[in-house]
Amino acid sequence: MDQRKQPRFLRAFIAAALVVAYALTGNAQGQLMLDITGGVERAVPIAVVPFQVEEGSAKPAHDIAEIIGANLRRSGKFEPLSNRELIARPSQLSDVRFQQWRALGIDNLIIGAIRETDDGRYELRFELLDVYTQARVAGRRYRVSPQSLRPLAHNISDIIYEALTGVPGAFNTRISYIEVDHRDDNTRRHKLILADADGHNPETVLTSRQPIMSPAWSPDRRQIAYVSFEENRRSAVYIQTVATGERERIASFRGINSAPAWSPDGKRLALTLSRDGSPNIYVYDVDTRDMTRITNSSAIDTEPTWSPDGKTLYFTSDRGGPPQIYRVSSNGGRVQRVTFEGSYNARPALSPDGRRLAMVHRDDGGFRIAVMDLRTRELRVLTDGSNDESPSFAPNGEMIVYSRIRGAQSQLATVSLYGRANIGLPVLGDRVQNPSWSPR
Amino acid sequence: MKRLSLVLAALSFLVLAGCSTTGDVATETVEDEAPRQEVETTDTEARAVEDTEALEGDPLDDPSSPLANRVVYFAFDSSELSSDDIALLEAHARHLANNPDLRVVVEGHTDERGSKEYNLALGERRANAAVRILTLNGVGQNQVESVSFGEEEPVALGSNEEAWAQNRRAELVYSNR
Repeated sequence: MDQRKQPRFLRAFIAAALVVAYALTGNAQGQLMLDITGGVERAVPIAVVPFQVEEGSAKPAHDIAEIIGANLRRSGKFEPLSNRELIARPSQLSDVRFQQWRALGIDNLIIGAIRETDDGRYELRFELLDVYTQARVAGRRYRVSPQSLRPLAHNISDIIYEALTGVPGAFNTRISYIEVDHRDDNTRRHKLILADADGHNPETVLTSRQPIMSPAWSPDRRQIAYVSFEENRRSAVYIQTVATGERERIASFRGINSAPAWSPDGKRLALTLSRDGSPNIYVYDVDTRDMTRITNSSAIDTEPTWSPDGKTLYFTSDRGGPPQIYRVSSNGGRVQRVTFEGSYNARPALSPDGRRLAMVHRDDGGFRIAVMDLRTRELRVLTDGSNDESPSFAPNGEMIVYSRIRGAQSQLATVSLYGRANIGLPVLGDRVQNPSWSPR
Repeated sequence: MKRLSLVLAALSFLVLAGCSTTGDVATETVEDEAPRQEVETTDTEARAVEDTEALEGDPLDDPSSPLANRVVYFAFDSSELSSDDIALLEAHARHLANNPDLRVVVEGHTDERGSKEYNLALGERRANAAVRILTLNGVGQNQVESVSFGEEEPVALGSNEEAWAQNRRAELVYSNR
């Protein structure tokens, strides 16, 4: 969709440059692939052949090809063949009969093999092949511990994604979210959880009987800011260091203490306080602990988010009637309205390049995740739920994680900007909500 | 529906009253109208108070008193109170004004729709709307406080207008009786 048709010589030039830059990886086929789809948002078929487990080796706990296939599918750009559609299961280049795959309309093939070593580790190799040139586009060998197999599968997914699309992958990242479990004794358990971007490896970093909301990663991924009601059932904003569990309460004023958002340089946090009356946007300086008021309205101003250059804050306000998105300089000043389409636009999230604004947008069917191009002002509704919330961009800007709420149940899902692959994440719990995608 | 709200209000009060209260105890307490017993088992002074109150009865515990109803409801994305709800809040205001030692926390809530952080702010606006009626009717600033839980603490777990309507509410929680 962003990739414009490029003249062949330019493609060749880029490809040559990338070959130099990445040694094994090249970019030419990626460009070709996108030319073929020509702006029509269609996922391209790809074959991810199950990695051959070498003879005499124990089967690893994780199916590497399955993890890679699921990642590529969620990106919206690829449609991996199902295992029964695979006409052959080669594990090395010399075994591949390319004309078979060409007949299936497959451009690219991923093959590999894995074996357990004597010291209990795994040796793994993968190759990304181009069916038309019959060449290897990328390939690597690894030796890792069993615990590193999943992260490695995400890492390989990133390499493949970048080789084929020219855009860095964001599979080897994490998400944070809130899980709420209803107990038989009529109480609830709220958990702040960190997990891999595909929902696996969840790790609880805070448990409370009272609500926890709005987790936000610091740009260096070392800290999470969030809202917890643990103290006397009043909202307060905390910053927790992920590695140590150490935390600090930074805002516990009268009224609501809400919606923390880190500045891109990690030195400031925008947040919402109603300590001076109605909810307004404030900026907290992490070093000096100064709290500066940014907006000054008697309406609701909340859900601030930063532009990538740190100069502008986008936020939700109902100063003009139903909630819409506005912007203001991060030093304060004149407020400008940004959204006009629809009767309810809230919870802005800016893409990492600052060009797109994701939001909760109300249309005829319900509350859905929409994305607005800030230059053209074009708004696209990406999801089809009745109550979709809390959009958060992947660090490569190509996908959004959000929550689908349906009464007692809610689920996390990702939606791709390209192709709109809208797929739930396998995360357990009665209510799983409020996701935030980590930076890289 | 009314009965349900009453039980829910009482339940949420009990859950609030003590984190150590187990579900079983809370359920039992609701059925037996037992909070009074807790007062009776405290020290002598408290028992003396209990004796006088036993003659009049605490209207907060009398299911036929308007004060037994402690929840007001709102339309979507609105903090506007109906005239019935204003009348209810005025009754509570009279009770609070006559009993200046009483404290009440007004909890604002929203339904699950729309965005969470906006809803937290909306819940506060609802709680504040109720608090305003109380203070306009003679309740001391030190007697009332508003707290918002946004969409985090629904009482009805469906995804339909009936459940949403029950969740868009402000609850009066008497904190020291």
